[in-house]
Amino acid sequence: MNRRQFLGNMLKTACGVGLVGLGLGAYSKRASSMPANYIRPPGALPEEDFLGACIRCGLCVRDCPYDILFLGEVGDEVATGTPYFIARSGPCEMCEDIPCVVACPTNALDHELKDIEESRMGLAVVIDQENCIAFHGLRCEVCFNVCPIRGRAISLDMQHNTRSGKHALFIPVVHSEACTAVDCVNVPAFWKRLPSRSFRCIWQKASWASITVWAGRRKTKRARHWSHPTPSIVTTYPKGCVTTCKVKV
Amino acid sequence: MVDLTTLGDDAIAAKGWFKSHKFLILRRLSQLGILALFLAGPWFGLWIVKGNLASSLTLDFLPLTDPYVLLQAMLSGVVPETAAIIGVVIVLLFYFLVGGRVYCSWVCPVNMVTDLAAWLRRKLGIRTTSQISRTTRYWMLVLTLILPLVVTGGIVWELVNPVSMMFRGIVFSMGAAWVMIAGIFLFDLLVAKDGWCGHICPVGAFYNLVGSKSPLKVNALQRQACNDCMECYVVCPEPQVIKPALKGEKKGLSPVILSSDCTNCGRCIDICAKDVFSYGGRHAIKIDEYKREDEINRGVRV
Repeated sequence: MNRRQFLGNMLKTACGVGLVGLGLGAYSKRASSMPANYIRPPGALPEEDFLGACIRCGLCVRDCPYDILFLGEVGDEVATGTPYFIARSGPCEMCEDIPCVVACPTNALDHELKDIEESRMGLAVVIDQENCIAFHGLRCEVCFNVCPIRGRAISLDMQHNTRSGKHALFIPVVHSEACTAVDCVNVPAFWKRLPSRSFRCIWQKASWASITVWAGRRKTKRARHWSHPTPSIVTTYPKGCVTTCKVKV
Repeated sequence: MVDLTTLGDDAIAAKGWFKSHKFLILRRLSQLGILALFLAGPWFGLWIVKGNLASSLTLDFLPLTDPYVLLQAMLSGVVPETAAIIGVVIVLLFYFLVGGRVYCSWVCPVNMVTDLAAWLRRKLGIRTTSQISRTTRYWMLVLTLILPLVVTGGIVWELVNPVSMMFRGIVFSMGAAWVMIAGIFLFDLLVAKDGWCGHICPVGAFYNLVGSKSPLKVNALQRQACNDCMECYVVCPEPQVIKPALKGEKKGLSPVILSSDCTNCGRCIDICAKDVFSYGGRHAIKIDEYKREDEINRGVRV
């Protein structure tokens, strides 16, 4: 091989690899945008830093006692191999010892996080006021009651009910400084199963929630470890609802 | 040119089937055994090893971390936990001792796919191959280490790395990763012989560098016995490493396969009917000289 061939070959290889690099760079840009309902585990660094820190080992997934974490697959809308959960199907249970963070070998889940209530995984948002029965003057308050940080993350804001003219509306209001958005997102499942005669049929259609969780900032506590007595409102609903909506009683 | 239809027959005749497939079987046991250890947890609830090849925890005690992945993470600005650092040191030490590319031939799950492609190539008599430089993998390595520095997407290579994708796919969930694996299989089968592992894969390139001075090496100590059947060149995934050791006697070259491209897979040991090759130390040359002198002294014709 003469010098010209050698340089030619080298240039060819370098160009090829360079093109691969461009492709990878562009792909990584696309892959770093995540759907709003995909939530990172507690203590996760801001997304850009997280993608640099997470080595996709899945140890957090393995150490999650409630098996709510998944690793992104190829083709998912979350970066390949990185952990996430979807609060609506399996919310973070806010373990006090935060085993997923302890398992993380690279600080992608920040080991500085000692108090699970300090974590900011996402934020609950009331997205569907039309279907939230509180806005229609009915006292639901389930989201308020199932909230692990009861009274602080969601408050019920009493307003005048202009429809009847003499009653009150108890409007759920999420407070971002305390919200962990853990269990409230399961509440809408209630409505799907409620007897249609009791409520407007629109609520039957409300298979998807009034409340969702947006990734980014969020906080947690183990609902299962409540010391509160079960709110009576939960048990007054028809049998079967309680298990359907996974409210821990 | 080697007759592919009778490849390995001499070795089987001389040593028997098992002895002429010994290291191939051991490698498969190693590759599948490692997968089995990781799968025992999710499948049977026996949590011997948790995690995957990127980082794992064995018996809740022994951390092991892939230095290549962690290096990429550190280049994007991560300060790893102590466990990860300990894990990396153990892994680096291990691969330094046994040979870096032992990762490729004894651990990596993609090896089973590319070996299958290479085997099928031989069976179907596919000899065409495109000319990709074997240095491409180093360019890829450099690229994958630069990307975390310049792109905000973090460990970019891990988005597409087929090695971790396949292992994670088997241990966690595969998703569409099989497309990638099928792609590599077809690439190796139809486009380039040993195309992925021998030319492109930066993971292999990284471990190649880790093991560049490894003490455990394959050697051709009995190179005088070579009958030029050329079968070792055919089955070797990095055939360029054999010649200096096997044919370098006149040039005064060591009979040890010194190139760190060698994956220590031991296929040449298996396939050789004359038992030319064996595992040994890096500095086996002295033994070689000694043996030759010994043979000459005993009147053995060299």
